[in-house]
Amino acid sequence: MQGLDFSVVPPYAEILWMGVWWTVVLTVSAAAISFIFGVVFALVVLYAPKAVALPVRAFMWLFMGTPLLLQLFLIYYGLGQLGFKIPALVAGIIGLGLHFAVYNADILRAGIVAVDVGQAEGARSLGFGRFQTLRYFIVPQAVRNTIPAMGNNLIVLLKESSLVSIIGIAELVHAAQLAISETFRPFEFYITVAALYYILNLVLEAGLRRVEQNVEVSR
Amino acid sequence: MDFSLVQRVFPFFVEAAWITIEISVLSLALGLVVAFLVAAAKMSRSLPLRAFGSAYVSLFRGTPCLIQLFVLYFGGPQIGINLEPFAAGVIGLGLNIGAYMAEAIRGAILSVDRGQTEAARSIGFSRFQTMRKVVLPQAARLMIRPLGVNAVALVKGSALVSTISVVELTYTAQRYIGSTYKPFEIFGVAAVLYMLIVYVVARIVDLIDRRYAIA
Repeated sequence: MQGLDFSVVPPYAEILWMGVWWTVVLTVSAAAISFIFGVVFALVVLYAPKAVALPVRAFMWLFMGTPLLLQLFLIYYGLGQLGFKIPALVAGIIGLGLHFAVYNADILRAGIVAVDVGQAEGARSLGFGRFQTLRYFIVPQAVRNTIPAMGNNLIVLLKESSLVSIIGIAELVHAAQLAISETFRPFEFYITVAALYYILNLVLEAGLRRVEQNVEVSR
Repeated sequence: MDFSLVQRVFPFFVEAAWITIEISVLSLALGLVVAFLVAAAKMSRSLPLRAFGSAYVSLFRGTPCLIQLFVLYFGGPQIGINLEPFAAGVIGLGLNIGAYMAEAIRGAILSVDRGQTEAARSIGFSRFQTMRKVVLPQAARLMIRPLGVNAVALVKGSALVSTISVVELTYTAQRYIGSTYKPFEIFGVAAVLYMLIVYVVARIVDLIDRRYAIA
C-alpha cells in the first residue's frame, strides 16, 4: 500500500488534455451519426417496404439486446475481415454512432407516430407530396418533441465513449493508461479522468438544458 | 459462416454465460441494497444524509462505469483494497447500478399521491409508519418496471468487467475473435446468449409486474 500523491498528475496535463479533446471529437462525431441514422432507421421501420424494413428492424433488435463493447469488437474486427482497412478511430465512431442510432430511432419512431395526424392531412391537402410532408412537417416536429429523450442518449454516449479505449483509440481513458504505464499510479489518474468526465458531463447537461429551453415543443 | 467453429466453441460460451448471469444477479442484489439506502438518504430529514445521497447519485451517474471499475480494481490496491476481478466486478457494477436504481425508487415513492402521506400522518401514523405501511406498498408496484429496465441494462453493462479480466461472455468472445479471426460467427454466438439472458430477465420482470398489477 503506497500513499496517494496527486502531484504525479500535472506533468501529464498535456496528454490528458489531448485525451479530453479526442473524447469530445469522438462523442460529437458519433452523436452526428447516431442522429442521422436514427432518423433514417426510424423512417425505414415506419415507411419502407418490408424487404428493407425487416433487416433494419432485426439490426435494431440485435443492437438493443447486446452490449456495446461486443458490438465494438464486431465492427472493429468485422470490417477488417470484410476487407475494409479502417483505423480504430473510425471503427469506434461507427460503432458508437450505430449503437446510439438504434436507441434514437426507437425514440424518434414513437415521436413520429405521436405527431398529430392532422399535420400530415393538412400538408397533403395543401398539395405536398408524401416525402415533402415527412421532410417539412412530420420529422421536424418529431425531432423537436424528442430532444429531451435524445439528449439523455447523448449524455450516455459521452460516458460510453470511454469503451473505445479498449480497441486502442487514444481518447481520455487511453491517455490515462499511458500515464499509468509510466508512473504506476492508477488511482490518481483514474480519479482525475473521472473528474474530467464529470465536468464534461456537467457542460453537456447545461448545454442540453439551454437547447431544451429554446426549442418550442409542438403538440 | 463457419458452423463447425460455432459448434466447437459453444460449450465455452455457455460456461461464460453462467459467469455473466452470476455477475448480473450478484450485482443486482448489491445494487438494490445500495439503491434503497441511497434513496432513503436522499429523502431523509437530515441535511448531511441528503447531501450524501445526492452526491452519490451525481458522481456515479456522472462518470463512466468503466472508470469506476478501473478505480476500484486498478486503483484499489493503492488505498488498501485488494479485490479479485470477479469481486471487483460485482462491487463496481453494484455500486454503479445502485445510483440509477436509487432514482427509480425515489421516482416511484414521489409519484405516490401526497394525500396518502397527509392522511396517514393526520390519523397519527409516524413518518416511518407512513412510509412503511402506506407509501412503500403503493410505490413498490410503480418501481417494478423502472427497476426492470435497469436490470436489463445491467446484464448488458456486465460486459464491462471483461476489461478487468473476468472471463465472462464478452471476454470469451474477444479472446476467440482474436484467435480465430471470425468476428461474425463469434459475435453471433455471444449475441444469442446475451439476448437469451435479456429475454429471460424481461420475462421475469413481466411476471412480477403482472403479479402485482392492480386487479
